[in-house]
This record gives sequence, C-alpha cells and structure tokens, in this order.
Amino acid sequence: MPTLTLFLMISAALFSIGLLAALSRRHAIFILIGIEMMLAAANLNFIAFWRFDPQPQSPTGVMVAIFSIAIAAAEAAVGLALVIAVYRHYRTTSVDKLDQLKG
Amino acid sequence: MSTAAFIVIATLTLAGALAAASLSKLIHAALCLVVAFVGIAAFFFLLGAEFVGLVQVFVYVGAVAVLIVFTILLTRRADENTGGFNWGGVVLAIAVFSALMWAILGTPTLSIAAPQIEALTVKRIGEVLMTDYVWPLQCVGLLLTAALIGGLILVMEDKR
Repeated sequence: MPTLTLFLMISAALFSIGLLAALSRRHAIFILIGIEMMLAAANLNFIAFWRFDPQPQSPTGVMVAIFSIAIAAAEAAVGLALVIAVYRHYRTTSVDKLDQLKG
Repeated sequence: MSTAAFIVIATLTLAGALAAASLSKLIHAALCLVVAFVGIAAFFFLLGAEFVGLVQVFVYVGAVAVLIVFTILLTRRADENTGGFNWGGVVLAIAVFSALMWAILGTPTLSIAAPQIEALTVKRIGEVLMTDYVWPLQCVGLLLTAALIGGLILVMEDKR
C-alpha cells in the first residue's frame, strides 16, 4: 500500500489541474469541468485521511465525501442550467463576451 | 500488487485530467473527464471505501458527465472558438501546486503506511447516516430539491 504522501500528491496535482482549467479556459463549460475536478480532488483527500487514521472509530471522512458528492451534483445541475440560460440570452458561452457589468 | 495498481490508476487519472483541461474540442474534454472520474473512483476502491467509489461512478460518470455532454450539444455552434487560453491561470496553477507540494513534502508525519482497519460495510454507513448524520442528510435532501427546482426554473422557456 502506498503511503499517505503519495495520495496527497495525486490529489494536489488533480486540484492544480482543475484550477488550471477553471482559470485559464475561456469557455464556461471548461470552467465547470475544472470546478468538478477540484471537488473530486478534495474528496480524494477526505477518503485518504480517513483510511490512514491510526485509530479509526467513526467513518467521518466517508460521510463528508458522500455529502460532498451530493453537493457537487447539485452544483453541476445549477451551473449547467446557468450555461444554457446564458447561451439563450447571448448566443455564446465564452465568458470573455459576458461583460455587460463592466464599468 | 497494490503499488502497481496505484501507479496505473495515478497515470490514468492524471492523464485524463490533463487532457480534460487542455483539449480544445469540448466533447473530447468531457470524455477525458469521465476517464479521470473513473480513476478517482478506482482510488476510492483502493483505499477501502467501496461505497463511495460506487457513488462516485453513479453520480459523476452516470449523471454529471451525461449532463455536461447534453449541455455541450445544446449550446454548440459551428463557428464558436473554444480554444481560448489564458496563460496567467497556468502560472497561478503551477504556483498553487508548488505550494501544496512544499507543504506535503515538508511534513514528515504524513509518510505513514495504512493501518489495518476493519472493512467499512454499507450497513455501518447506513446506520451512521440515520443516527449521527440525520440532520445533514435532511439538509442535503432539501438542497438537492432546491437546486433541481432552481435549475428547471433557469432553463424554462418564458411563455408570456
């Protein structure tokens, strides 16, 4: 079994890739993909810390991961609905063109 | 055995995630995201959290990925440019990654082997969910209902 450090490194790499997708892409769906990836990386951390706990009493890490997956599903549903609503209004999904609030 | 599985899963997950973040075709990126999510579910199986792995496959691969693909198909235009790239984000992501690695590698207490634990059964998860976590469970149910109704209202056609 690999050590906890390896799992945390994989999780950090996944989080950074998600951050890269969320910050550097100009398409709204890519930003949502990045956010989903960051949430999944956080779940991996919760499960890894639960598994490597020297005295595991209650499955707290597993519970938090389950709730986090449910909240991620809600976030994806609302986010994609927003993308469709924006597309109907502006006929584009590029976040650079949504600049009506710009001073 | 376990180490070989870890290397294979890690390579697959990171390759899928990198492809999802960098491919210029949206539909290809969504399919690579599915690969990354399956890899994360495999990590959950490796760590002994089989139930969470199954939930991950059901929710992410079964629901979220299909939702993303449908949204891509509904908002697709032939002349749209999806390749835009902002290099400031790359710099910031590399900086965050370096900071996280510095913190992880600088903490020697993290390099521990996994202790022997008794398997976490679905029965135990159900018991804990219905006793200690019953209020969070109700709140998540309310949140999901509100989010799905909100999503429906957002995409509803205005008939007036």
